Formats: sequence, C-alpha cells, structure tokens
Amino acid sequence: MKLSDFRKCRLELADGTVFPGYAFGAVAGAAGETVFSTAMVGYPETLTDPSFEGQLLCVTYPLIGNYGVPAGRVDADGLQATFESEAIHVRALIISDLSFDYSHWSAAKSLDGWLKEQGIPGIWGVDTRRLTQILRENGSMPGRLVQEDAEPLPFDDPNVTNLVAVASCKEVIRYNAGADRKVVLVDCGVKHNIIRCLLKTGVEVIRVPWDYDFNADPGMNGYDGLFISNGPGNPDYCDAAVEHIRQTMNIGKPVFGICMGNQLLAKAAGGRTYKLRYGHRGHNQPVRMVGSDHCFITSQNHGYAVDEKTLSADWEPLFINLNDGTNEGIRHRSRPFFSVQFHPEASSGPLDTMYLFNRFVSML
Amino acid sequence: MRKFNKVLLLGSGALKIGQAGEFDYSGSQALKALAEEGIATVLINPNIATVQTSEGVADSVYLLPVTPYFVEKVIEKERPDGIMLTFGGQTALNCGVELDRSGVLEKYGVSVLGTPVQAIVDTEDRDAFAHRMEEIGVSIIRSHAVDSIQKAREAAREIGYPVILRSAYALGGLGSGFCNDESELDVQAGKAFAYSPQVLVEKSLKGWKEVEYEVVRDCYDNCITVCNMENFDPLGIHTGESIVVAPCQTLNNHDINLLRDTAIRIVRHLGIIGECNVQYGYDPDSDDYRVIEVNARLSRSSALASKATGYPLAFIAAKLGLGYGLFELTNSVTKCTPAFFEPALDYVVCKIPRWDLRKFQGVSRKIGSSMKSVGEVMAIGRNFEESLQKGLRMIGQGAHGFVMNKTAVPEDLDAALSEPDDTRVFAIAHALAAGYSIERIHELTKIDEWFLHKLRNIVDTCNELLSFNDCSELPDWLLRQAKCQGFSDHQIARALYKDGFDADRMQDKVRVWRKNRGIVPCVKQIDTLAAEFPAKTNYLYLTYNGSYDDIEYENDGRSVIVLGSGAYRIGSSVEFDWCSVTALQTIRDAGWRGVMINYNPETVSTDYDICDRLYFEELTLERVLDICELERPHGTVVSVGGQIPNNLAVRLDEHNVPILGTKACDIDRAEDRHKFSSIVDALDIDQPEWMELTSRADLDAFIERVGYPVLIRPSYVLSGAAMHVCYDASELDRYLSMAVEVSQQHPVVVSEFMQRCKEIEFDAVADGGKILAYAISEHVEFAGVHSGDATIVFPAQKIYLATMKRLKSIAGKIADALHITGPFNIQFLAKDNFVKVIECNLRASRSFPFVSKVSKINMIELATQAMLGEHPKPVHKDDFDFDYVGVKASQFSFARLLRADPVLGVDMASTGEAGCMGDDFNDALLKAVESVGYPVPDGPVLISSGDAFQKADLLDACRQLAAHGYTIYATRGTQRHLEDNGVPAKRALWPGEESESPDFEYDSALELIQSRTVKMVINIPKNFSATELENGYKIRRAAVDFNVPLFTNARLATAFVKAFCNMSMDDISIKTSAEFKLNT
Repeated sequence: MKLSDFRKCRLELADGTVFPGYAFGAVAGAAGETVFSTAMVGYPETLTDPSFEGQLLCVTYPLIGNYGVPAGRVDADGLQATFESEAIHVRALIISDLSFDYSHWSAAKSLDGWLKEQGIPGIWGVDTRRLTQILRENGSMPGRLVQEDAEPLPFDDPNVTNLVAVASCKEVIRYNAGADRKVVLVDCGVKHNIIRCLLKTGVEVIRVPWDYDFNADPGMNGYDGLFISNGPGNPDYCDAAVEHIRQTMNIGKPVFGICMGNQLLAKAAGGRTYKLRYGHRGHNQPVRMVGSDHCFITSQNHGYAVDEKTLSADWEPLFINLNDGTNEGIRHRSRPFFSVQFHPEASSGPLDTMYLFNRFVSML
Repeated sequence: MRKFNKVLLLGSGALKIGQAGEFDYSGSQALKALAEEGIATVLINPNIATVQTSEGVADSVYLLPVTPYFVEKVIEKERPDGIMLTFGGQTALNCGVELDRSGVLEKYGVSVLGTPVQAIVDTEDRDAFAHRMEEIGVSIIRSHAVDSIQKAREAAREIGYPVILRSAYALGGLGSGFCNDESELDVQAGKAFAYSPQVLVEKSLKGWKEVEYEVVRDCYDNCITVCNMENFDPLGIHTGESIVVAPCQTLNNHDINLLRDTAIRIVRHLGIIGECNVQYGYDPDSDDYRVIEVNARLSRSSALASKATGYPLAFIAAKLGLGYGLFELTNSVTKCTPAFFEPALDYVVCKIPRWDLRKFQGVSRKIGSSMKSVGEVMAIGRNFEESLQKGLRMIGQGAHGFVMNKTAVPEDLDAALSEPDDTRVFAIAHALAAGYSIERIHELTKIDEWFLHKLRNIVDTCNELLSFNDCSELPDWLLRQAKCQGFSDHQIARALYKDGFDADRMQDKVRVWRKNRGIVPCVKQIDTLAAEFPAKTNYLYLTYNGSYDDIEYENDGRSVIVLGSGAYRIGSSVEFDWCSVTALQTIRDAGWRGVMINYNPETVSTDYDICDRLYFEELTLERVLDICELERPHGTVVSVGGQIPNNLAVRLDEHNVPILGTKACDIDRAEDRHKFSSIVDALDIDQPEWMELTSRADLDAFIERVGYPVLIRPSYVLSGAAMHVCYDASELDRYLSMAVEVSQQHPVVVSEFMQRCKEIEFDAVADGGKILAYAISEHVEFAGVHSGDATIVFPAQKIYLATMKRLKSIAGKIADALHITGPFNIQFLAKDNFVKVIECNLRASRSFPFVSKVSKINMIELATQAMLGEHPKPVHKDDFDFDYVGVKASQFSFARLLRADPVLGVDMASTGEAGCMGDDFNDALLKAVESVGYPVPDGPVLISSGDAFQKADLLDACRQLAAHGYTIYATRGTQRHLEDNGVPAKRALWPGEESESPDFEYDSALELIQSRTVKMVINIPKNFSATELENGYKIRRAAVDFNVPLFTNARLATAFVKAFCNMSMDDISIKTSAEFKLNT
C-alpha cells in the first residue's frame, strides 16, 4: 500500500472541526448525525442494524475490516442469515485503520468492497479517539463526509425526521405461521436476530409496519403477546405506535420491548423520553437489575433514554445503567409489561441477557 | 460480608522460567487491596528483590521458602484468619492445596479467600477437569489411552484425523508425532509403542488458533471477561513463547461471543471467585473449539491483560476474595464508573517473548510446547504494524523493528518458517523480501494470513524507502506512512543511507528533518473505555496514528523521569524494578512529578498508580527524546534501571537531556575499558592484567606472560557465548575457531583469570564524589562464577579487617575520581592480602535491593535524594552491629531448558534469586538454598568431586555427612579418595563405565538419580574443558531432569552440607524481616 495512491477526503463536524483522512468504500459524500461506538467487533452486524439509520458511525476500535464480510444469505424464514437487515443503514463509516486484506473462513469480500457495492462511503486515517472525545464533550452532532474536490452536502440532522418510518417494513410478514402462540412484532426497524430469537422459542411472529393497527386486523385476532422492536431516531415521531401499544395494555396481553421498544412502552405508560448527550453504543455497557445483585454486560445502541421520574406509580425501573445511572428497562408492577433499553439479542455483542426472550414467551 | 483481621498471602519465590515478575505485581496489588480494608497482612516470599517484600507493602514479611513446612510455621506463629493462594503463581497454589489437603488450614482455622480449593483442584487434576467440563458440554482435548495399534486406529477414527500420538510415561516427548491418516498412524504407533506399552491418542490441533480469555467472577455470580487475546503463533507453541495480541484480531463477533460465553459458563460451573484464565484452541476453518486449560489464579496472561486494558485484575480479585461484588467496586482508571464492565480498547497491544537461549550450552533454540523465554515486552500502537515494530525493538536483542536488521538470511528459509525457533518472526521478513507469497508463508507457519498481510505492508514500505537516498528526497506521505507503521528514525536512516552509514548521526538527521516536516508522535491515554467517559488516567503511550495529544503539559520543570529496565532477561530482572519503583517513590515524596518509562508488563514499575505519569514506551534514544520534549523534565534518572538506561546516558546528554546524578561523561569514563583502566592505574589501584588484541600472535604473547587460564571476550561474536575462560591452548584454539574472529576490525579483550580468589561486591551511594553509604558482601563461591549466579553473603563474614579498609579506601578514591553522585557498584577480587578491581558500574547493581533490605539502609532512596540535590546525610552502620546475616542464592531454570548443561561459569545462567535473613550464616543459607528449590536431603547423597583441590575442599563436608548418618555414593576417584581418608562411601558407576570384576555389582549413578534413591547430587567438574564437561554432563542433566537437587560448586556444596549438619530444621528461625534487629 502507498498513502499517495489513496483518494483524500475529510470529515467535517457542524462545530467546524475537520478531520482529514483517506476515502474507501463508495466515492460519495454523506451527511447525518455523527455518533461513536466502542464495540471492538461486529461491523457487519452493526452496519446493517437499522437503528443506525441516518448516522455517520465512528468506530473507536482502530483496526477494522480484519475478518472481511460474509456472503449475504437468506435463511428458511426469509431472514438475513449473516446480517441484521437487507442493507447497510449507516450513511458513512469513520475509522482509523482499514484492513484491505482480510482473513476469515466465513468471509466472501472485503469491507471496502462491500461498502462500494452498497454505495456507502468510508473514511480512514482519522484520529477517531479525538473525534470521540469531541462527541463526548459536545454531544452527537451533524457531520458530513466530503470527497476531495467535491462539493459538500448540506449538514443534515436526521433526528428531525421520522426515521422509524424509513426503517420499518412496509407490509405484514408472517414467520412460522400456524404455531400455537402468536406474537405481534411492531417493526420500528427490527434487527433480524430479534426475530430469530423469538422464532427459536417456537412462536409465530407477525411482523407489522410501525404504525399498523394490529388490534383492528381480524386476521390477528387472538394474538398472545406484543413485541416492540428497536429502531432509529427520535421516539417522539411514533405516536401511532404508542397508541396501539396502549390498546394492547388495556386488553392486558403481555408486552416486551427492546431499545426503541423500551422508549415507546414508557411513552404508552405515560412517561417521557429525552436525548442523551452522546448515547450508548458498544458491547460493554453494564446494567444492574434493580433490587438485586445481578449485573449484566449488554450490547447497546441508542441516543434517547426513558426519564424514569416521569413514569406513573404503577411502573418501576427494571434495569439501570451502572456507568451513568440512566434507565435501562421498565416494568409494570403488577401486569406482564416490560422492556429493556439494551439488546438482549446481541448480534453483535455479549449474550448475557438472551434469557429475556424466554421470560417473555413464558408469560404468553 | 465476613470481616477478616489478618490475612496471609503466599508469594511466588525466586523468578524462574514460567514464573517471573508478574507475581510481584499481582501480590503487591492484592496487599494494597487488603491494606485499604484495614486488614493486617502477612507475606511469605523469599524473593528479596521484589517490591512486595519492601517495607510498607505488607505488615509482616517473612523471607522464607513458600513450602508447606515453612508456611505452617508462620501460620502457627501469626494465626491469620484468612489466606490468599492465587497471587503467587503455581508455587503458592500448589503449596496452598497441600496445606488444605493435610488439614493445616482447618487445624488453625484459616479460611481460603476467593476461589475455593475444590475449584482449584478441579482445574489442576486432568480427570476431574475433563469430568467437570463434560457436565456442561464444553469441549476439551480428550486423551484416549490405548495399548495396541488396533485400538489406536479405533480411537483415531472416533476422534477424527489429524491426531497426535504420545507415549505415556516417556520424558521429553519421545515417540510422539502427528498422523494425518491411518497409514501414518500405523507407522507412528509402531514407534510410540517402542517407548511405552501405553500410547495416548489425541485430536491434533496443530495450526489451530490459540485464544485466551481473562474472566472475573464475584460471589454474587456476576461475570465479566476483561480481555481476550490471540496468539500470533498458532497452537503448538506455548503461549509464553508466542507473540500475543490483544484484543483478538482475526475473530468475528460470533467467534468472540461464543468463546466469551463458554468461558463464563466454565467459570460459573467451577465456582471461581476472583480471576481466572481460559485458554482455547480454535479451528481456523470453522467455529469448532477446544478448551486447553483453565488457570484458577492470577497468571502471566492476567498481568498482561491488566496492563493491556488498564483493568487492575489482581487488585479487583483480592477485593472479590473478601466478598465484594463487582458492582460495589470502582474502575480505578475513571474513578466514576464501576468495576463491573468490560474494557473497550482503542489501540492494539503486542506481547513478544524474550529468550536468552544463547546463554546456555547445548540447549535447542527451537520453540514449542514448553516455555523457554525469560521475559516479555508489551508494545502499544494504533495499528498492528506500529505495535509489532515497537515490540521487536523493545526485546533488546539488536532488532530495529521487523525490517532493516542485520540478521543473516537462514540457509533453509522453509525450515526456518515451519520449524520455529526464537528468530522465526525475522525469517518471515526474509521470506517476504525473497518474494514468498502470503499463502506460502501461511502454509509453512500456519500464522493467520491477516497478520502476514500486515507484515507485508511493512516490507512494502521498506522497499519504498530503499528507493531514496536522502531525507530531502523523501516525500512526506512516505515518511508519514513509515512512522505510522512503527518505523524508527534509525530504520529509516538505514534504508536511506544504506551500508556504511554512521547510524547515530544519520538517525539524528532523519529526526531533525522529520520534525521540520511536522511529523511527530502524539500522546494517547489508556482509559479502559475508549474515551467514552472522561478519565484522569496517567497511563500513556505514543503513536503516529493520531493527530492530537490527550493531555496538556504543565511545562513547570517539575517532572523527573525514571528510565526503567525493560524486559526481564538473564542479568536484569526484578531487582531493577525494585530500584525503579523506589526511586519513583523518593522522587514523589520529595515533591516532584515522578514519570516512568518502561515496557515490561511483568513489573510493578508499569503499574500506573505508582507514578504520576507512566509512559508504556520504548527505552530507545528516539522515544526517550520524544518524551523529554513533551515533559521538559527537571532531570532524568538513568542509574536505577540497569544497563539499558545506563547505555543511553551519553547520547541523551548530547541531546541536552538533563541527567540527574553522575555526569554522562563520567559514566562514559567508567564504561570505557581504556579510560577506566587508566583512571585505576593513575589512582594506583590494582587490576587483573588485560589487553585488547587484534592478532593471534599478540594473544599468544600475552598468555605467555600471564599464563593460563585466561578470560576472553570478543568484540564481535559469531555464535555461542560471549565470554569464556580458556584453561589451555587447545581450548583457546577450539574457542577461537568456533565462535570468535580476531582481527583489526574485531579485537578481543583478554585478561588473566585469577583462580581460588574471593569475589567481593561493594555497593554504595555517593554525593559529589563522597561516599554516603556502602555495603560489602562476599561470594560463597570463588571468583569465576558470575556474580549473578553466585551465592552472596551480607555482611561479609570472612574478610580480613585490613581488606575491608582497603576496599573502602579504593572505592572512595574511585567515587572521587568519577565525581559520583548516585548509586554505584565495584567488584573486587581478594586473595590473601591483595585486592584487585574487576569492574565498576556507576549505576545500581543487582544486589542493591538485597543489601538495602538486609542492612535496613534504603540505598536507592538515599541515591535518589543525592541525585535530586538534597545532600542527604551519610548513613554508616558498623558491620559489627549486625546480629544477623543475609544470604542471597540463585535460582536456575535448567529443568525448562531441555539438554542445557547445568554448569556455572563466567556467563550468567540464573533466572532469579532468593534472599533470606538468619540469626547466623547457616540459618540464612538453609532458608535461601531451600527457597531456590534445594531442600535439605533426607536420604543418600551422590558425589563426584572434581580435581584434587576440590576433593580436598569437599572432604570435610563428606566427613560430616557420614557422621550424620548419610549414605554417600561416589564415583570412582572420589570414592577412593573418601575411603583413603576414612569416610565410608559406596561406589557408583559413571555413565558408560562398567565394573572391573563381575564379582562386584555397583549401582549406576544415573539409575540412582532416576530412581530418586539419592536426594542430592554434588557434581564438581574438574575444569571447564570439553571432555570433562562431557563426562559429568549426563549426571548433571539427569539430576535436573529428575528433580534431584544439584550442586556443581564445591564451596557452596560444602557450606550447605555444613549448615544442615550443624542445625536441624526445627532450629531454623521463623522471623519477620523487622524482627532481625541491629545490635545498637
């Protein structure tokens, strides 16, 4: 490799900071919200996680691309076997050191090649530690990737649009149809591993668009439980979903939510959410189950959090974050409604809280 | 949570291969954790050079062997309510398990803190472990024991090829081999059954990846994995012999979390409380894994993981042992987040082993499944190339990085790649340069292609550099690319200016040019959380892969930098770490900012809470200058870290770095043989005659004058040991033909070699040329045994008063002439009334911690105060005031070094030492000797006693052995000599010797050792000629291989025998260091 052979590009932040670097992936500009993740592995999963819709992702671990990217494969249920959705959702990838040569038995292409194929630009050679410190001190902020000699795109704050509507499926999809127990899954931008984890318990999963009125669909009558998925952006745009969740709670069917699902359940319970300064993104987030000595390492990816003080007396926190004390899950004191802010389905990340899926299914 | 009042911690004893300074770090952290809780601490560790045995770390320190006998004695006296077994390596663990099994712990009501003994036993016992893993469906490497070829075939079919066959009960892997199919198995099984009636068939994991996880669990069942690590060298090479990277580089999310989850399941199932290491073999072509082993204790890997992540594993493990939950403890780096989290790294760490195999005669340099390395380094970078190249320089064996080294291309490059020895990584550089494809190198080495691609990047950059001939031609992008890949200015200079360049000058030229182009490194913190939370951490490294510094410098001239000692190696070990740590403490106590530079993960000096700023960095001129330019220090201490910083003094001074204490020009006057010699002559001080010679004729003329034996050291070594004593002309011929070139360009230094002389160490501190304190200690052995291998006594017991006065006066003159401020050491020879100077070092010596702790004068504290300009008052203690004696004995690791001849000479071979105090010489000697693995024999002794002098030397000891009822076996000459002098002895046959008459049946010496009939072997080589060494070699090697204590020095053997014949075990004093008091 020769540095002189690489096309130059730069990352510009809304506060005027500029990071020079080298281009990889698609030769294109990008604009979005700049965020960082401290996960050290899992870039194929992370990049295809719909929760990253609208974001320029800075990975703090400097060596990226080492094990390449697996071939895309669709499993018997029609789900992506090796990714978390059908496409890359980040708008650009920001890293320090790129492995152009990769090595892993399961790899089919390089990260560079995959980004090119998917039309997503990347920048390497960035002091990602410095960028992280800026985002930590000043909060996640709009940024843009600009190719050398190209006109910059205007800055874009994706949080002023309904990203859930972008990431959600557009029509109802049924998995494992005909199983005894049925779970309606509100798709706010669901990761495929969540669906896989639910299917593993033997239930039928009815995946519906984020604003679908499943209680009014006679074909879904008699569903046994409601699952609210993860998803990108600001929960305040999802009032339609919140209303449908409230209806289910009134019927009294079990409800389980993950990430965006935690925020929407909280809103359905009358609570409020707020934007964290720079969010939680990584594989090492410690949470404690409230009222116990049980702690878990969790995978997380969110920019908004539930303000537990705004919850009614019927609700209580289920998990809290040991680093900063923010809410990591809520539950109803007497009825079968609970949700978590972290990702028990992992992919990528640690598997410590996978048991929560079984807990939910046992309530049905 | 139960409240403990007094806790006993077992240390690991003397440093040896496989168990080094990492346990000083673990133990020190544990003691700190206990002290924080207000718990009284008792430490047993005979390693006097450690930080943990220093005043103020533990409340009571027993410098005693870590054996069940002595530990019970201490328990009986101290009555602790808790004991910690997992901070002192395998030594402490084994001792603890034994104490539990024998009921001692129960008898005295001592609770084991942390991981219960049963869990330890489950990990140590092969069958128990297999059973426990099967219970939770975890795959391990299963051994099938078979007794026929047919059954071997069946077993192999069940396991699946490839398999490995091993002969059961055969030492050293005899008869073992790999089989890829049944036909190969048939051949191999034939060989294996020739050695043993039972053969073990195992799945071969050769070429699999080797991966480790460090897991922590609290008593609430909360688990975290603090670090995962991947070996660069695939399975088949011991992890202690491998380059290791953290975190794993070639595993994806599925791999990482599969192994993480399995590690946590294992640790939960075993019931570990504290820290645990899980080692895996991992298939490079699928997600198949095998657990190789589980270590339920702090380990070398856990020390590495601590340094690699900033997570204080030992400290946390100690707290968990007391009953804390992980969520109740604080992350000591951020101080605002809990210890229950998993560090996120934003850099990559490379650990590289350091071998010293050249020091040993006869040892194989191949590396494999047993550990031979004596130390390691850790390098930090923001890409693999940078990290690896830094690490290869840190090793300190002449490499400037991965490329641009002077190493010769191996004759058989394929063999050098496929049969690894200690230089394999450089063979890869040669192969890449020779155009080998990545695939080909992978085939030969099984090293993952990802690593090889990265290595090729370095070679490509090197080739680019080679196409230029001066800095001014070099494009900025290339200079930056080279620096980002960890090239040193020296490597770049060598690539630009090719052969015949003046390295120092050209390196400076590149540096100046580079700085003018604005290409400089930046400082980054290690903060455990990849910058997610603000951290006031002082744990730092430098990188070119970044553009901003993490910290702001005060520029207040209050920084004092201490240069550390680098990788543990033969000759430089934990003693210099103690010196560095002590200097830092003194600097901080005096109100300065203490700044440390070192890169050895097995040390206390690289613990970020012992200094104000820690640079985990290279000790090269380039990097030290980088740091000095950032810190703008008040001064730099170069005299407490051994030879590495000492060698930098002159060059640092040339770059205007302020050196504290003795001036660089005076250090040079002591280091330069010619300059020092003329000073000594001018002061009218005697020295052994020596000359630097450039031809064989001059050499012969010199020897003609001084006579044999002579000590010869070449300035240029082709192969073999650097220093040698030649006893006659034939030996000189052999030596010169084998190892050394004598020419105008490559002179040799020859000196007269004095036999049957005492060797004396003079350790001292001076201020402005005046001595502030000194300690005189003597060697038990005669001169000729390297001072690092000798047994040393302080205060000296057998030196004439007149000699003492003479030594002091000479040292005073030298201190004055060299204007010494700080520590120094002079080695003397003494015989009858003459005293000669053999060496002078203007730095702390290996014996500083020993004499400091025995004399209770902290000579490094004093030296540091002097260097800081505080002009401390002189401290003199009269040797008559000592009501006790200190003895320092050397620890050897020959058992690990297959085929090495365990004989001592002028080149150092020991890997560690123990230092003990006693009411008298015998008391101290018995403790020290047992501490290095030689217990008092409880059965027959085998003796072959060398030449006439040595036979005479040993006669008295043999007489005492016989008088105390010991059966003596002796080889022919010795047996006759003993019988002639009225000492009964049974004849033992030399290897290859036969009885003269069929009427007599003599025992074979080798069988006596192999059956462990004899409990001690004294084998004194007559001289160091080739034939003599050959004769005794088999006996010595057998003693080492069958773990029978071996003495090869008549003086030490005599002292030891007399000691145990004149005092019983019960008379050995059980006292803390503080209980040995000066009689004033």
